Amino acid sequence: MGFPHPSHERETPVLSKYFGDPEARTLAGWRARGGYASFEKALGMDPVEIQNIVKDSGLRGRGGAGFPTGIKWSFMKPDGKTHYLCCNADESEPGTFKDREIMRWTPHALIEGVAIGAHAIYAETAYIYIRGEYSEPIRIMQAAVAEAYAAGILGANAMGTGKRVDVHIHRGAGAYICGEETALMNSLEGRRGNPRIKPPFPAVAGLFGQPTTINNVETLAAVPHILREGAEWYQQLGREDNPRSRGTKLFSVCGNIARPGNYEVTMGFPFGEFLNDMCGGALPGREIKAVIPGGSSVPILTREEAENTFMDYEGMVASGTMLGSGGVIVFDDRQDMVRQIARLARFYAHESCAQCSQCREGTAWTTRILERISAGQGNARDFDTLLSIADNMTGKTICVLSDSCATPVVSGLKKFRHEFEAKLGPDHSRGVVPVLLTSNRTVAA
Amino acid sequence: MTYGPSSGQLVRPPEHHHDEPYVPVFTGARRDELDTILSRYPTKMAALLPALWMVQDTYGWVSEPAVEEVASVLDLTPAYVKGVLSFYTMYHQHPVGKHFVQVCTTTPCNVCGAEDVVKAFLEHTGCGELGVTSPDNRFTVIEVECLGACGFATPVMINNEFIESVTPERVARIVAEHD
Repeated sequence: MGFPHPSHERETPVLSKYFGDPEARTLAGWRARGGYASFEKALGMDPVEIQNIVKDSGLRGRGGAGFPTGIKWSFMKPDGKTHYLCCNADESEPGTFKDREIMRWTPHALIEGVAIGAHAIYAETAYIYIRGEYSEPIRIMQAAVAEAYAAGILGANAMGTGKRVDVHIHRGAGAYICGEETALMNSLEGRRGNPRIKPPFPAVAGLFGQPTTINNVETLAAVPHILREGAEWYQQLGREDNPRSRGTKLFSVCGNIARPGNYEVTMGFPFGEFLNDMCGGALPGREIKAVIPGGSSVPILTREEAENTFMDYEGMVASGTMLGSGGVIVFDDRQDMVRQIARLARFYAHESCAQCSQCREGTAWTTRILERISAGQGNARDFDTLLSIADNMTGKTICVLSDSCATPVVSGLKKFRHEFEAKLGPDHSRGVVPVLLTSNRTVAA
Repeated sequence: MTYGPSSGQLVRPPEHHHDEPYVPVFTGARRDELDTILSRYPTKMAALLPALWMVQDTYGWVSEPAVEEVASVLDLTPAYVKGVLSFYTMYHQHPVGKHFVQVCTTTPCNVCGAEDVVKAFLEHTGCGELGVTSPDNRFTVIEVECLGACGFATPVMINNEFIESVTPERVARIVAEHD
């Protein structure tokens, strides 16, 4: 449902059905809503059987990459090694706040999904890594885990089956980069959150050097529903002409929009109808100018482009952007795109782990140039410099934070070039103002 | 929607001087709590972030003697602990105001007027500028990157308390409620 607004009739609330219902937070309330029946069922099944159901459902990773979940799980073999499941609840992508609501309102749905996931990958221990700023979701999740242990759902004898399933909450401490799966593992191990070079992939050598699977909150929360209703039910949700994106997806909508909130729709929902009808469209007297559809790391769309897009992995790619995390940021005609893109660049400069030069320097240079243009002190050559830096930041680093900074800059310059040009004074159109090419780690407070 | 303080509210001793003898954190019940945490991981090092949180929840920041204590209980070197501590922005390496105010100003909040919320906090708390503690030691205000509550612009964190949908008009009252 469009929490905090009443559910819209065109929504398909599966994960969000109980958002806003405080009773669903408690173990008794969750059980009364069918909770933990899927986990009980899963414990009686062979892990391969669960992997196959999830494969058949068409569920893909909801954190951004969209990798098929069942296939990811099938990389984990019964090899006698200690396996780990990590639930990535380090939701920090600007514009995204869906995992927060899942944890706040339906903590047991996530615990159940995590417990099933752990069993499905031959793991006895799972960690839920929650970003440090989510003080309320952490408190709620900790209380729910304690309830599940006290009821014998988790622990050495999970649901009386003799199987061990442990779930632990791990609090982060303020680092966007820890949402990158290998940085998350480093952070959980008590290290600086620097991403690791792959290979080895986590399924081979992940957390504590052991085979590990990392899944997003929304992905895992969908699993109990799939086990209960069946793969075929999930497979049927989505637009008919795209068999590759199935099920429902939570979209967090924010920025200059009439009704910001979380909305759950089937994959492939028309974006125009979503924005203008479900979310109430622009604020009174305003017009939507631009939309970032999948969290700040994906290319920006103009309103016209957005209105002709289908909200699934392939539909977004067809419009030149990505589904990403489903964080929809709306900009209206009051917004200065140069200033806002500069602000996004500042975010990445602040959050770069500084491991790779292209990212450490590139995010800071990009920010300085954009802030200078925004202040009316730019020149036409800055555009080429920005694009050249962006090119050197793309596909050349250990993780994609660097690419994520380049993306809004390149798409912004392409689609809103007139706004950038309008910032250049007549004297600056051909002049050369030197770019100070030094690292600036103090670019943000 | 506003939520009350969580159980992890920072407790800051009223008079904390550098020359006071350091009182260890990991004794009694807190040592037991750390042992419970240690039992969840195959390595001691994995308890580093939780241990640093326990220190900060106790003293409001992580001092040099605290770094040494954490290093000693987890069999790490102080240099290693400091390296990790300095990576994560939520740990304070120096004392901050009793109420540490973090206002989200990243793009989604920025387009909803977050910078005016920052200005209102700087004015009403008496801090004047970002990162500076107010003369009465009550407040420190910083801009923070995405708090992950973009649909509830502008979210503000005061210690572990999370306040949604803050507007400049609400700030005076919020400040008054935190003494």
